Amino acid sequence: MSVFEEKERVVVKFAGDSGDGMQLVGSQFTNNTALVGNDLGTFPDFPAEIRAPQGTLAGVSGFQIHFGSSEVYTPGDSYDVLVAMNAAALKSNIYNVRKDGILILNTAGFDSKNLRLSGYQENPMETGELDGYSVYPIDVTKLTREALKENQLGTRDKDRSKNMFVLGFIYWLFNRKLENTIDFLKRKFSKAPEVLDANLKALKAGHNYGNITEAFSTRYSVKRAQMPPGKYRSINGNPAIAMGLIAASHKTKLPVFYGTYPITPASDILHELARYKNFGVKTFQAEDEIAGICAAIGASYGGKIGVTGTSGPGMALKTEAMGLALMLELPLVIINIQRAGPSTGMPTKTEQADLLQAVYGRNGEAPIPVLACSTPSSCFNMAYQAVKIALEHMTPVILLSDGYIANGAEPWRYPSSNDLDDIKVKLAKEVKEDEVYLPYQRNVDKVREWALPGTPGMEHRIGGLEKEDVTGNVSYDPDNHENMVKIRAEKVERIANYIPLQEIDNGPDKGDVLVLGWGSTYGSIKSAVKELVNEGKSVAHAHLHHIYPFPKNLGDMLANYDKVLVPEINNGQLVRLIRDKYLIPAIPYNKIKGVPITKNELKDQVELLLTKEKETV
Amino acid sequence: MSTETATPIYSPKDFESNQEVRWCPGCGDYSILKQMQAILPKTGLKHEEIVFVSGIGCSSRFPYYLNTYGMHSIHGRAPAIASGLKASRPELSVWIITGDGDALSIGGNHIAHLLRRNFDVNVVMFNNEIYGLTKGQYSPTSPLEKVTKSTPFGSLDHPFNPAAFALGADATFVARGMDRDPKHLQSMLLRTHEHKGTSFLEVYQNCNIFNDGAFQLMTDKATKPDNTLFVEHGQPMIFGAEMKKGIILDGYKPKIVSLDQYGKDDLWIHDEHDRFKAQILVRFFDDPRVEGNYPRPFGVFYTEERATYDDMMEAQVKVAKEQSEAPDLDALIAGKETWEVY
Repeated sequence: MSVFEEKERVVVKFAGDSGDGMQLVGSQFTNNTALVGNDLGTFPDFPAEIRAPQGTLAGVSGFQIHFGSSEVYTPGDSYDVLVAMNAAALKSNIYNVRKDGILILNTAGFDSKNLRLSGYQENPMETGELDGYSVYPIDVTKLTREALKENQLGTRDKDRSKNMFVLGFIYWLFNRKLENTIDFLKRKFSKAPEVLDANLKALKAGHNYGNITEAFSTRYSVKRAQMPPGKYRSINGNPAIAMGLIAASHKTKLPVFYGTYPITPASDILHELARYKNFGVKTFQAEDEIAGICAAIGASYGGKIGVTGTSGPGMALKTEAMGLALMLELPLVIINIQRAGPSTGMPTKTEQADLLQAVYGRNGEAPIPVLACSTPSSCFNMAYQAVKIALEHMTPVILLSDGYIANGAEPWRYPSSNDLDDIKVKLAKEVKEDEVYLPYQRNVDKVREWALPGTPGMEHRIGGLEKEDVTGNVSYDPDNHENMVKIRAEKVERIANYIPLQEIDNGPDKGDVLVLGWGSTYGSIKSAVKELVNEGKSVAHAHLHHIYPFPKNLGDMLANYDKVLVPEINNGQLVRLIRDKYLIPAIPYNKIKGVPITKNELKDQVELLLTKEKETV
Repeated sequence: MSTETATPIYSPKDFESNQEVRWCPGCGDYSILKQMQAILPKTGLKHEEIVFVSGIGCSSRFPYYLNTYGMHSIHGRAPAIASGLKASRPELSVWIITGDGDALSIGGNHIAHLLRRNFDVNVVMFNNEIYGLTKGQYSPTSPLEKVTKSTPFGSLDHPFNPAAFALGADATFVARGMDRDPKHLQSMLLRTHEHKGTSFLEVYQNCNIFNDGAFQLMTDKATKPDNTLFVEHGQPMIFGAEMKKGIILDGYKPKIVSLDQYGKDDLWIHDEHDRFKAQILVRFFDDPRVEGNYPRPFGVFYTEERATYDDMMEAQVKVAKEQSEAPDLDALIAGKETWEVY
């Protein structure tokens, strides 16, 4: 009998060829982990090529999951368990396995061909280089084939079930039940009984293999996490954005129109939205990025919630149309799932380097509000808020997420539709007989009305040329232009009166160091600052979701700390905005490697600052 | 909305906006605007049901001068904006006003995709074979060797044949008119409006400042009859000063013949539903200055009924709504797998 060792938290990495089905294993294990009540964070990591050459380092696809009985904010710094389906998967991940970690290796993936392709001279299982690790070699391929002896599928198809064998085995290791995956497989393969049979048999065979062989003398158990009461589900960032948009549509009774062009890592929003036509959602896969945003502008002009989504290169292409939406003063939501740039950059790697582009990247004086998601579950509310601001302030809004948030998953205490904020949509109604309609008349917040085509008496013409104040007629008047530039800026600045005040996420209200973050660095900062606070350090964490305009109290908040550290996955962007706006010597901490900042890296950085603090006193 | 049943409730003047028209005096755009204002009352549409979307260029000022809804957008993108508008508001009559540069150069991608998708919108492309607003560079329809500000030694660009381009993109309505033939242009604009699907109407338009006389041989009284061919569905192709010339089809080869030698029954009878013959007809694209040229055709070259994108999109939403239960936002948010912490 194996004994259970209780762990507070565990990090598992599944790695294999991009055709090995590791993403599916990861997402199934994630759902299962969520259902047993652990807190969790995930990080899928896959190659840009759909099928990179088999067995090579370039073809390795990975899925990292961190779960625990206390709060989990990141996918974890290093792995407790690595499942490697071949030599390349081991080679590209071993550096990050804890020194006494567990290696589960598919021996069939360590034949001479795999060793050669991955650059190993000799089999690492035989050279002693894995000493210190707990190594568990399992011939997954052979065992899967044996389990499927009775199945009618060909060998190639049978081999495709080996990821389920692995999943079954891991379920055994963590003492999990198989039900949710069995249900999933039944749904997924309802029309392919032989494939379903193969997957179910492989899953159960993997589970049984653990039982029968008592492969591990010690198995792990991770208790339920103490999480706030409520209803939970597991959520990824992109589906959460889609749901946030649909929620805003449901609330306002205005259909969503999503005009877009496929691009990694934003395409999932399109896939998700395209499924919800019953909510009145219309999706339009345009001929290019420009047409995607322009079609969304057309829909907004027609009175719908126009939305476009893309990633960095697509943002560049949409820029001119964003300026048009701003001049037209129509609601529009522009979603940028950032990836490593510039140009094509590293499409499947994450980065936060499009912030300055979002804030400044247009011709002319072109202020557009900028919001940012911080975690997968935050995407729901931020997408909802983006629509709310767009509709209530008649402006395009940019919502920033990134590949890490988009593909990462976490438990989400999801809201009820009754909890959603109100969204006030003000459509222009009838005008008096013989009165000329004035499309650029504004309320106190400088917001113009939304007068939809089809409304009698309000026929008017709008466009990208400078407008005369109030009438909206074309104007080249110098004073008018200056006035209009200021009005458009004031309109966006006034949004600060309607967004939440900035709060301290963790730590004291005053102190030595404030770690100020935005976007997907949330988890790393949260974890690092939490440890530092527990160690009695005078460190706090604030995380921005509204970057343009900033929350009204941000300046006062920053003044309460001796130092402000701004960690970012870029070469220093928010830090410039902060320095510019508040004239403080905010300190950048940057990592530009296409991967998240780890908790420990950040902790070291803060500790360095604290030491310097003492030295200078 | 057929013109026969529509009761005109407006006069052309009702479609004039309060804006001062600011094209160069003598510009062909004035005529197109006038013909548009003349036909709009005949459509039976109300002001508020009509939207003109334009791109950038002289032609694209058009929406400002019409008392309807309008958007003067950005260069080349009017088809994309109009697609989104029509997709979300199918009940509106949506017109795209564009030029040869706007539609075929910077917006070439969008126009091609608009045509194949067959949104129920109307495209009126003003073709003056020059860039006017930027003061006289060659355009994608300028003839080879054209000397302009940007081509002092003559253009090296082989010009687009817009009607052939539209047919190539599987347009469901392809027609041509000219600014100097108001009556014909009005009938073309009405046909453009009546067609369900994307209508592509090319209008030859004289830019009297930067490209004066580009179509002179086709528009001047003296030379027009021999250089133009006005086609009508079901009618033989006859042209010429004394209406003595005709077109016959010798296999796939069109030939100009004299009616002294051929009877009308021998001639090519125009069938605007024949997609193969339409391909031949739009190839009548010779330089009119060249001896023995085919006359340039005007009229409706091709039209077909094909399901429109906007109709199909509506139908998908309708079916999705019918086939699923009433949309339940809470069920959507919760998803399939949830758990509760007490």
